[in-house]
Amino acid sequence: MRTTVDHLLALGDDALVAAQRLGEWVAAAPELEEDIALANIALDQLGAARMLLTYAGELEGAGRDEDALAYLRDDREFRNCLLVELPNGDFAVTMAKLLFLAAYQLPLYTALSGCADERLAAIAGKARKEVAYHLDHARLWTLRLGDGTAESHRRMQSAVDEIWPYTHELFQPDPTAPVDPAGLRAEFLAIVEPVLAEATLTRPADGWAPEGGRRGLHTEHLSYLLAEMQVLHRAHPGARW
Amino acid sequence: MSARGGRPRDVVAAVVDPELRVVTIDELGILRDVVEDPATGRVTVTITPTYTGCPAMDVIRADIRDALAAAGHPDAEVVTVYAPAWSTDWISESGRAKLAAAGIAPPGPAARDGRPVPLTLTVRCPHCGATDTEQVSRFGSTACKALWRCRACREPFDHLRAL
Repeated sequence: MRTTVDHLLALGDDALVAAQRLGEWVAAAPELEEDIALANIALDQLGAARMLLTYAGELEGAGRDEDALAYLRDDREFRNCLLVELPNGDFAVTMAKLLFLAAYQLPLYTALSGCADERLAAIAGKARKEVAYHLDHARLWTLRLGDGTAESHRRMQSAVDEIWPYTHELFQPDPTAPVDPAGLRAEFLAIVEPVLAEATLTRPADGWAPEGGRRGLHTEHLSYLLAEMQVLHRAHPGARW
Repeated sequence: MSARGGRPRDVVAAVVDPELRVVTIDELGILRDVVEDPATGRVTVTITPTYTGCPAMDVIRADIRDALAAAGHPDAEVVTVYAPAWSTDWISESGRAKLAAAGIAPPGPAARDGRPVPLTLTVRCPHCGATDTEQVSRFGSTACKALWRCRACREPFDHLRAL
């Protein structure tokens, strides 16, 4: 399997958009420690995004670097899944998003770290170790909220129900990808289902499966996110510190 | 070799980490290689980041170039590699001792091959040496640290997370 620019953009845009969303919690998380934790996780995602987008730009060969790809593309050119662009919602929604994203990225990066593309394997091997911490963090909060008070349980269940449909897009078959995401769903479920059960939460039934992100068809939420993320760079092209 | 400075390897190995200022980049294990081209005098330094998003990398690159220039090696290139991925297991014994002396509890052994992060049962308080400590937050003031607290002396401290 050959790595393509689109594959790298899918991986890099997932990480970039997730980082931007998590960054919105800075100075707004329920407690100071959580503020720092979410900022750290965002930073990990941003680090992975930078390496992946840099590689995508070089492979494309059109002279676009990580900044050009992050700041100068419009929504239709982004290849991230819908899950990462969804608004943060309450803290339970953010944790549901993080749990599902990490439970997808961990087996994905693990598989990619053994792929034939050495550069991609190196990036994945590094990101995998960090994502293990993200998963652990989301897992602990899911347990705490799901098996907590009646109100926290209600909110966590509601968050899981709301986000679950968006997990299907993560495993859309792509036989041309270095690792076909379709083969990762069993591992994803093996991670997520025990967490939900232990948290006394009901695993939602599979049904509605919104998709389109990998083809550039996004929710309206991405446009607002990009407007905020890109405005400074676009207002001052080429500016340097 | 320059009249002013030492060998490039020694010069670079002495560069201090900008966020953990008690240890050098060599002790931290992020310095991977230093090669001087005998013909041109050009020095190529290979480093690897602790975490992918580590914001100190730009400063480290600049510090390496500055140190080499000051030692008479103005022609230097800093290359960043990501494989093999950095592990806290690469922190040297002297690095661990210096971290502990500065109030930062050094990491335990890292997880291997994608297995779960090992549960850290006890982290010794770097202030009083007690093992009756608790984690306050798994993420701390930098990407590589967690925040802990000692139940014996009541002091908070940083713990370098195993990675």
